[in-house]
Amino acid sequence: MSAYTVEIRVMPRAALLDPQGQAVQHALQALGFGDVASVRAGKHLVVQVQAATREEAAAKARTMCDRLLANPVTEDYECRVSP
Amino acid sequence: MPRVAVVVFPGSNCDADTLDAARAAGSDAYYVWHRDTDLKQPDAVILPGGFSYGDYLRSGAIARFSPVLRAVSAHARAGGAVLGICNGFQILCEAGLLPGALMRNARLKFLSRPVRVRVEATDTPFTGSYERGEELTLPIAHGDGRYVADTQTAAELEANGQVVLRYVTDNPNGSMHDIAGVCNAGRNVVGIMPHPERRNAQLLGGQDGARVFLSLEARNATQHAGDMRAVDGRHLRV
Repeated sequence: MSAYTVEIRVMPRAALLDPQGQAVQHALQALGFGDVASVRAGKHLVVQVQAATREEAAAKARTMCDRLLANPVTEDYECRVSP
Repeated sequence: MPRVAVVVFPGSNCDADTLDAARAAGSDAYYVWHRDTDLKQPDAVILPGGFSYGDYLRSGAIARFSPVLRAVSAHARAGGAVLGICNGFQILCEAGLLPGALMRNARLKFLSRPVRVRVEATDTPFTGSYERGEELTLPIAHGDGRYVADTQTAAELEANGQVVLRYVTDNPNGSMHDIAGVCNAGRNVVGIMPHPERRNAQLLGGQDGARVFLSLEARNATQHAGDMRAVDGRHLRV
């Protein structure tokens, strides 16, 4: 077993309204960043996990996302394993 | 007298009002702690409003894995009545006992005020004492009340009459199809964003919410009347 770090990005599904992202976009535009076309806000989670291989660490992270970390109705996720 | 289990999570804050409202409607209501796995044979389970587990990650996401939810799921799968109010609705969606999900209000603000809703379905354990199409004034108090579901699920909800409450005149949170409450296909699990327990007496500004709890009592009385008839002459309750 070795230690892996999995970085997980959870984002609201593109088709759904993201009011938080919109509010940030409006604030950026108010600051003078008029060329900001869109902002979407999600979550970034860093999980330390013990696993035999990199693939196993990734598989564990995906199961975590499917069961708890992301809502399959409203969110998409990506996992990146290191080292 | 129906037995009503009110589940208490760390962070529930409408549990006492819900217990009172159920008792005021003639139920034998009692609390069940989130670590308990025995619901003590209720006729109905109510998941009250609040901020279970601080609403961390997503509203309802962590409560969904509490020990009591296994018992609630088994009760629901056996056809038992389950009502989720506000945070309870979010938990039922996260647990997959109801379709869809509840997302941040479209205008981001936490909203605490009365809204107008229409009763769209009366064939559930919690709306049987209302008239279909009746309009009610009930309070909402939520930051994550925007109901969403994929297009196919939303179409099925409409086709099967699973929308239980719908906002009228004003949609406060950007909810899809103005949905304020839904039920499952079996119609025994109901989730609503408004708080009927906060409007069950004139003292609280109105009693439009009282019949949510009275529906349970009426349904229970009808069921037991049937039980009595079934053994007529022997005066036994089955």
